[in-house]
Amino acid sequence: MAYTEEELKKELETKEYEYGFYTDIESDTLPKGLNEDIVIAISKKKEEPDWMTQWRLEAFRAWQEMKEPEWANVKYKKPDFQDISYYSAPNKKPKYNSLDEVDPELLDTFKKLGISVDEQKKLAGVAVDIVMDSVSVATTFKKTLAEKGIIFCSISEAIQEHPELVKKYIGTVVPKKDNFYAALNSAVFSDGSFCYIPKGVRCPMELSTYFRINQAGTGQFERTLVIAEEGSYVSYLEGCTAPMRDENQLHAAVVELIALDNAEIKYSTVQNWFPGNKEGKGGVYNFVTKRGLCEKNAKISWTQVETGSAVTWKYPSCILKGDHSIGEFYSIAVTNNYQQADTGTKMIHLGKNTRSTIISKGISAGHSQNSYRGLVQVNSRAENARNFSQCDSLLMGNECGAHTFPYIEVKNKTAQIEHEATTSKIGEDQIFYCNQRGIDTEKAIALIVNGFSKEVLNKLPMEFAVEAQKLLEISLEGSVG
Amino acid sequence: MDLKDKLLSSFLAFENNMDLEHPVHEERSEAIKNFEEKGFPSKKEEAWKYTSLNNLQKVDFSIFPKQENSLEYKDIKKYFLHEIDTYKIVFVDGVYSSYLSETTHDGVDVCLMSSAFSKPMFRPVIDVYFNKAASKEESLTTLNTAFCREGAYIYIPKNKMPKKPIQILHLATGNEAALMLQPRNLIVAEQNAEVQIIERHQSLTDNEVFTNSVTEIFAGKDAIVDYYKVQNDNNNASLVDNTYISQKDSSVVRVHTFSFGGKLTRNNLNFYQDGERIDSILKGVTILGEKQHVDHHTLVHHAQPNCESHQDYKGIFGERSTGVFNGKIIVDKIAQKTDAFQQNNNILISDKATINSKPQLEIFADDVKCSHGCTIGQLDEEALFYLRSRGIPKKEATALLMYAFANNVLASVRIPELKARINKIIANKLGVRVGFEL
Repeated sequence: MAYTEEELKKELETKEYEYGFYTDIESDTLPKGLNEDIVIAISKKKEEPDWMTQWRLEAFRAWQEMKEPEWANVKYKKPDFQDISYYSAPNKKPKYNSLDEVDPELLDTFKKLGISVDEQKKLAGVAVDIVMDSVSVATTFKKTLAEKGIIFCSISEAIQEHPELVKKYIGTVVPKKDNFYAALNSAVFSDGSFCYIPKGVRCPMELSTYFRINQAGTGQFERTLVIAEEGSYVSYLEGCTAPMRDENQLHAAVVELIALDNAEIKYSTVQNWFPGNKEGKGGVYNFVTKRGLCEKNAKISWTQVETGSAVTWKYPSCILKGDHSIGEFYSIAVTNNYQQADTGTKMIHLGKNTRSTIISKGISAGHSQNSYRGLVQVNSRAENARNFSQCDSLLMGNECGAHTFPYIEVKNKTAQIEHEATTSKIGEDQIFYCNQRGIDTEKAIALIVNGFSKEVLNKLPMEFAVEAQKLLEISLEGSVG
Repeated sequence: MDLKDKLLSSFLAFENNMDLEHPVHEERSEAIKNFEEKGFPSKKEEAWKYTSLNNLQKVDFSIFPKQENSLEYKDIKKYFLHEIDTYKIVFVDGVYSSYLSETTHDGVDVCLMSSAFSKPMFRPVIDVYFNKAASKEESLTTLNTAFCREGAYIYIPKNKMPKKPIQILHLATGNEAALMLQPRNLIVAEQNAEVQIIERHQSLTDNEVFTNSVTEIFAGKDAIVDYYKVQNDNNNASLVDNTYISQKDSSVVRVHTFSFGGKLTRNNLNFYQDGERIDSILKGVTILGEKQHVDHHTLVHHAQPNCESHQDYKGIFGERSTGVFNGKIIVDKIAQKTDAFQQNNNILISDKATINSKPQLEIFADDVKCSHGCTIGQLDEEALFYLRSRGIPKKEATALLMYAFANNVLASVRIPELKARINKIIANKLGVRVGFEL
């Protein structure tokens, strides 16, 4: 019997979330609910200076005035913000110097994920700052980085040790009142990563963080701040896997990138939060604000592979402020079953001779809805701005939807903007061609999907490209070659 | 009193003059309720993000012009396509002018909405078609429905075709005050019928004119409808044109929109494909200057399999003008084998001009071919160089290239005289002297 698309679909539907397991670690959790006291309590627990507490409170007050955004092309039950515990940290809150001190159960979790820390340590110079339920518990390669003057630590540590840098840059790209979820994050963010690359330094290794949601009923509010000083370079990797849960979990992260003159930041994400089961029950709500600021000649490149989450709402953006700055966005978004994704980018051209490229690939299967929403804005002073956008959608099956909402706003006559979008399915003749050459249908589909996404996969760093392919495989296919 | 309140209170007066027993009146009362609830659209609404009606709402518009204004044909001749013989339906300040018009009941009906409403012989058509395609939710459309009483009524029975094209001309004299007009047109082409229609709104005054027009077009099986909208109004005239088109199997509807003027123009063009093997064609040329604003808002709803749609909008924006293109294609789950294409090309020729483009796709079927392209850019430097190297000055070369850019949309215009006329307008706008016919 030939392996048909129907069969593949059936197999995909029944495919369970492979990384669904739950680690039992004692957690130090605050009571559910959100008010000023909780915000103060979070700040206190983290032993933050007063300016930080005030900053959080301001954000909280602004948040109370705001309404949840409803414009996105997603439908979901709104989370009850009073039914969430806003802080949970692994109980024995130590700062480890070696892995032996780490809770063995925790290490076990990582092993199941296939990212054993000590192995990573030895592997190809990847420093891993693991965030497990909001507090970073292991930071490796710190010394190597310190020699170069690079600061790579958790944001709470940075607030303690480098308050001048945090104070100067936090909230400059994503203001605390930017939007509903950014304001919420600003008020209650529990932890996240901080990265500072000094002037002229090229970061010798890929920096990566693994975020995981672990404690039941705790939302994760990560805050990431990456600052690349003049002429520096950094490649930052972020990847997520989450255990299987029934209730919806909220994830509202904020990522701020600052690329000063001639600096370059490459930010790659593989997102694989729990997408809900095949009836669409459960799954993570992923409402993320990511934005980067480019000064003169700077470059920010976002690459993302989105395979997880029940609902995704995410628009990594570039503000091309400096002349000759460059913004890039490469994305693969895969949705299956009842997943919904509304994702895309914003390229704001302010400086002269700025360039941006957008490549977005959407793959929808099952009953999922996949939307691209992007904005290309050329300001009246942005002479010679150049943008190229391409949004391709691949539909598998007849129950899913693909949507494109590009916004193009141009106020300068020298701008050159191109936008293209196509929607297609896997052609029968393509599969037939493969069959003819002895490739079975399942492999053929895998091959075609892989080819479809290649443009973006190629942009990922080596270590991630492998993992990303693996994730595509889990969320969509039997076997990606 | 703001415009909304004024309209609501005028509705009561309007009602007094109407036959309350007439079934259409029920539609009117429903419609005014919807408008009362929703009011004028604001920029907060996604569909009106780039177009603001705020300034219009501040104007004290006269809703029922009292004075009758007669016009001489020679004064308005230039607004007609007078080179060929056509049927004409002419309205002056919303009132039908029998003196300027030429209608017919010979095999086809080319006449007025007011008589279609009042005469029993048109009743079956009104019952089946009136307000069936127009939105009952969109506030400006319902505002028009509430006040509908006059407009063009065109009914082409099965296998018929009018002897000549039909021109609909809405003139506004508005000498004494600012004027608001709400024409309502109904066009029905039954099975295998064919019709060509040219529509134009023209203000003859320096006073503000605000037209909120609704046109419903029904194309039966195998019918062919060509609809040309010529928008070259003066800078005090604003137009919201709501067109709803419902197509049956194998019908072809082509709508060409030529926007060359007006203070604010908003075109809501909606296609509903209610059958198979339908072809919908939407073309537009927009050339603006000064502080003009044109917003093209198109929707093509593919609800059945094996249909096609082709959209091609070209825009050239100078001075402080603003152009908006918002095209939406929806492909329903059952609309397999849809072939939908959407293209929007723009050129900005001034630093103060703005273009906002939002080509959208919403696709629920997997076996479809849907694509859209949107560009904003400049003229091809090499082409410019080619022309200049052959002795054509830069200014003329630029104009020629822009002319060529806009002109290829005209290929599908099927009335040669109209094509020539539009050609001339484009050439004039761009300052090209064309010594040849395309």
